[in-house]
Amino acid sequence: MSLTAQVRVARDGFVLDVDLNVGAGETVAVLGPNGAGKTTLLRALAGLVAIDGRVELDGDVLDDSTSKRHVPTERRRVGLVFQDHVLFPHMTVLDNVAFGLKRDGRRVAREWLDHAGLGDRANAMPRELSGGQAQRVALIRTLATEPRLLLLDEPLSALDVSIRAEVRRDLSRQLAGFRGVRILVTHDPLEAIALADRLVVLEHGKVVQSGSPAEVTARPRSRFVADLAGVNLLRGRGRGDHVELENGTGVAAPEAGDGDVFAVIHPRAVALYTSRPEGTPRNVWRGRAEDLDLQGERVRVRLSGTVPLVAEVTPSAVRELHLDAGAEVWVAVKATEVSVYPA
Amino acid sequence: MALAVAGLLLFLLPLAGLVARAPWDQVGPALVAPETATALGLSLFCSVTATAIALVLGIPLALLLARTSGAPRAILRALTTLPMVLPPVVGGVALWLAFGRRGLVGGPLYNAFGIQIPFTTAAAVIAETFVAMPFLVIAVEGGLRALDARYEEAARALGAGGWKVFSRVTLPLVRPAIFSGAVLCWARALGEFGATITFAGNLPGRTQTIPLAVYIALETRPEGAIALSLILLAVSLAILIGMRDRWLGAL
Repeated sequence: MSLTAQVRVARDGFVLDVDLNVGAGETVAVLGPNGAGKTTLLRALAGLVAIDGRVELDGDVLDDSTSKRHVPTERRRVGLVFQDHVLFPHMTVLDNVAFGLKRDGRRVAREWLDHAGLGDRANAMPRELSGGQAQRVALIRTLATEPRLLLLDEPLSALDVSIRAEVRRDLSRQLAGFRGVRILVTHDPLEAIALADRLVVLEHGKVVQSGSPAEVTARPRSRFVADLAGVNLLRGRGRGDHVELENGTGVAAPEAGDGDVFAVIHPRAVALYTSRPEGTPRNVWRGRAEDLDLQGERVRVRLSGTVPLVAEVTPSAVRELHLDAGAEVWVAVKATEVSVYPA
Repeated sequence: MALAVAGLLLFLLPLAGLVARAPWDQVGPALVAPETATALGLSLFCSVTATAIALVLGIPLALLLARTSGAPRAILRALTTLPMVLPPVVGGVALWLAFGRRGLVGGPLYNAFGIQIPFTTAAAVIAETFVAMPFLVIAVEGGLRALDARYEEAARALGAGGWKVFSRVTLPLVRPAIFSGAVLCWARALGEFGATITFAGNLPGRTQTIPLAVYIALETRPEGAIALSLILLAVSLAILIGMRDRWLGAL
């Protein structure tokens, strides 16, 4: 089973234009900021939004605007799991799960619930379930119909952080046993990395980057991915041994190449000093600490100045440097810590 | 404050008068009098039938209204709500012109089959349906619009076709709106006077419902009129009390 889709949706000045190929048993996470078109993409694949383009699942053409073919949602055999469970409030858990089943619905539904350890909740009404249970039932309700394509729209984001990990483990287990194509929309990088084989990053309706989680985070191609990976992303022109930023500043880097490039600097590679440092670092700028944020055992310092960066330092360094919001500092980055790749 | 009290008195005084002046010793006999029983039975039959017709025709109409938008919706809505603002007498005249013996629909019906609608019980039912159905349609449309569309989308993604989605998901989820719409519709049908007397006439046993009987009885045997009025008042109070959670709870 595999999915080949060219999806184009235009409305209210927003254009979604995405080509997506997903192989059998592969989980693709579609990531992107709010308003990037992630949910619209899922709805288009589910047949709930009319598209320009073509969607082919497992050899079946579900949408083809040139031949005006459109298979309605109910005949696509796609599973759709929403952000909040959307269980039918007037039916028991068992009837919810049996809703999409043709023959022997209740018996099969009960097997699914028993298998997931939710058998004792079969006669409960959805409002009596906890958030995590409800979302697990919603997933079972969808999986029980044996869809060929599973579409998950931020399935964990409506849950309390305290139970998210548990539901994520359950989801991961259920996904492993599912044979069809899996597409997961999320804006939580942890969710994407934990569940997906491949990331597709969507911004303003277009795919800006795709690849394995490691590939994508190693070479961010947008501010969104850089933030997600927690690194500094700069853009400029390669000039052999340095990158020239848009404001004219040169950032020394070995193998800066030529043409449009991205430069990535890890926050830990950004060193801060109260006086101008002597010696090896070849990139030294003036900067101003805008704000400080304690994260685990490190302090993230957002800097403004010639080159806006985020630095990550130890709490003891903060004390020694008398760092506070508004403090003027010297910022140094070793040239070898700047990694450059074509834009 | 004084004006508010005056406004409140305007509502309360007539009701107080009705209760105070009721010849309570004669209410019992008046209630079991054959004319009263006939009018009561006819009223119940007509109003329940009208509500049933309103449910069968009104729910699909509400669905159509809820699924359209823009100009077509505005026109549809205006047409649906027209009987609510139209003086019932005008409604009766309009019904007569449409379904009367020389009417738009009634003429051919009479010429071809000899069927005559005015001055029959059917006419009373039609008049009540005409006036009362908008209450149901508006209530159900409101319920449908407030419904989260994702329930229907989830049902479709689970493989449910149009009818299954409607009967197993949409309809049960708007049941509260259907129920309160039906009660309002029934209450309005029960009290219907103007359109009924104009279109269906005032024939005891055939078209003389309680409001019509009250109107006639007031001239000849006022105690009977008061007794019948008390019945209608009791029904209204029962509805108000029975539905208080639905109406007052929303405040």
